[in-house]
Amino acid sequence: MKKKFKLEDLDCANCAAKMEEAIKKIDGVNDANVSFLAQKMTIDAVDEKFDDIMKEVVAVCAKVEPDCKILL
Amino acid sequence: MTKKQKKMLVRIIIAFVLFAGLMICEHAGLFEGIENPFILFVIYLVPYLIIGYDIVYKAARNISHGQVFDENFLMMIATFGAFGVKEYSEAVAVMLFYQVGELFQGYAVGKSRQSIADMMDICPEYANIEVDGKLTQVDPDDVEVGSIIVIKPGERIPLDGVVVEGESFIDTAALTGESVPRKASVGKTVISGCVNGSGTLKVRTEKEFDDSTVARILELVENASSKKARVENFITKFAKYYTPVVTIGAVILAIIPPIILGGGFGEWIQRACIFLVISCPCALVISVPLGFFGGIGAASRIGVLVKGSNYLEAVAEMETIVFDKTGTLTKGEFKVQELRPAGITEQELLELSALAEGYSTHPIACSIREAYGKEIDISRVGQAEEIAGCGISVPVDGREILIGNAKLMQEKKVDFIPCEGAGTIVYTAREGKFVGAVVIADSVKEGAAEAIRDMKRVGVKKCIMLTGDRKEAAWAVARELGIDEVHAELLPGDKVSKVEELLKAQSDKEKLAFVGDGINDAPVLTRADIGIAMGSMGSDAAIEAADVVLMDDDVKKIASVVKISRKTLTIVKQNIVFALGVKAFVLVLGALGAANMWEAVFADVGVSVIAILNAMRALKINKQ
Repeated sequence: MKKKFKLEDLDCANCAAKMEEAIKKIDGVNDANVSFLAQKMTIDAVDEKFDDIMKEVVAVCAKVEPDCKILL
Repeated sequence: MTKKQKKMLVRIIIAFVLFAGLMICEHAGLFEGIENPFILFVIYLVPYLIIGYDIVYKAARNISHGQVFDENFLMMIATFGAFGVKEYSEAVAVMLFYQVGELFQGYAVGKSRQSIADMMDICPEYANIEVDGKLTQVDPDDVEVGSIIVIKPGERIPLDGVVVEGESFIDTAALTGESVPRKASVGKTVISGCVNGSGTLKVRTEKEFDDSTVARILELVENASSKKARVENFITKFAKYYTPVVTIGAVILAIIPPIILGGGFGEWIQRACIFLVISCPCALVISVPLGFFGGIGAASRIGVLVKGSNYLEAVAEMETIVFDKTGTLTKGEFKVQELRPAGITEQELLELSALAEGYSTHPIACSIREAYGKEIDISRVGQAEEIAGCGISVPVDGREILIGNAKLMQEKKVDFIPCEGAGTIVYTAREGKFVGAVVIADSVKEGAAEAIRDMKRVGVKKCIMLTGDRKEAAWAVARELGIDEVHAELLPGDKVSKVEELLKAQSDKEKLAFVGDGINDAPVLTRADIGIAMGSMGSDAAIEAADVVLMDDDVKKIASVVKISRKTLTIVKQNIVFALGVKAFVLVLGALGAANMWEAVFADVGVSVIAILNAMRALKINKQ
């Protein structure tokens, strides 16, 4: 399943790249894209665990860039 | 400016005033009487904290999260280092300069994002539905297929549909870049995203919002940034190694020379701090994708959708361009030009041909039926059998009719009179006996010759045309347009193998584009390095399969896109060379002790800002 999320206060491009990398490493995530320009995040992950994966995504992002909020 | 940015601006002003005051005091010699360096430290700490408290806080927080090498940390180390070697004013100045740069950078990125967003502002906000004689505004998402919506003058068309009432001119500029409005009247299809002119239209919707043209275009453009160009991938990879390498360099610089050369650590720590400030790859990480985004934006403004940075990059390297003739270089409107009956009258030949082609949807069949002009009595026509690439065999009034090209006549051993004429020739035989030929020609699109000329001028080396037509007809068109190479008499399946052949013949660096109208050539579009499709304003298969979509089917736009892509790539390369050049230069100066913090901060944020401004030029590349 592919889902899109808006991001708020994503201020640095390098952080977006780091977030993307960290999300891709989460188990069950097929693909992820964090667009600094569109301030959007696309996550392609396994259907069954999507909610759990999202929780992990939020945690990972908070670690990499605490200022950035994911609008769920 | 956002609230956050305004707050930052206030902090910068306060810190700047304080700092300026301190500098004046220092130069006036007011601090000379202070013996204890700690007091000076405290005095300078005030403006430092005002301007930099968030940096220190973020650095500490990020370290606790295991994120060591981020900008905040580096700035903190660099300025703490300056404090450590008693360069108090420098510590404050560097932090101040850094924050000014950050603010400006954030503002510039926000601005550019906004201008791209504005350009893509084709999303309709509401749809008018008539309920009990009253108009109500609803979310386009909630409108069901088949509903009647009302579009008032000046409103944006929310959903694709067919006009059932009213007449108006429609401005399609946002989608196609075409400035001449299109006429819309009863029975005509209208496309979402366009703006209605002066008349009120009632439209029966044909698609849900998610499937409508506007939603699909927005989706494509948004996804475009996820398909990264080679340069972008290189930068991402580069950035991953760049920061650690420079940081390790800083550590080495701080420790090794003082041990070997002796002397104090202070001087070398200061040089190491310069390294740290320069170690952020932000200028590259922002400006390269921003440049591509701008280029894609510039292309979409002239009505060309580029589905990813990688395709924009490929277009810039395009050397060969292969055209499908029909619908691309020619109008795809076939007209009967000449009737050459043999043994029957012209009218009989036309009637017979029209009947035989009664079931076919092929454009040539349609043109014959159109020339016939009368209702076709389908009961006179039997079951047709298709002979691939040749024509059909079909009983009409119980008599076997063969209709198709010369190959069909030869294969079926019909004694026929070959016809020399520019165009497609349809031969007809009744019960094995030749009864005549119909000459059908397609006219060349206006501007096609100019388009080919433009492409050559921007550096496309070879223009090739593929067609199922006879050689003579194909070459007639090719000569008129200035095409270099023609492969004629191809069966639909041959196009893929021909393109594969051409792909094999070229080197890795060269790129081949295939231009088709999207009908029947989806596999070729996919196979070519760059598939360019005629969008025909909503042909699903074409938009799906292609990498580049010409929204208004205008081949002239190809040359413009090549120009845009070249310019974009130039800008991106300029940014890479500039950013890396300045950084490398300041790193060397820093290691030799010839650079100060100011230059280091410039090499970081200053370069970013300049690179961003340069990247924004990609958005402004003109149509011509």
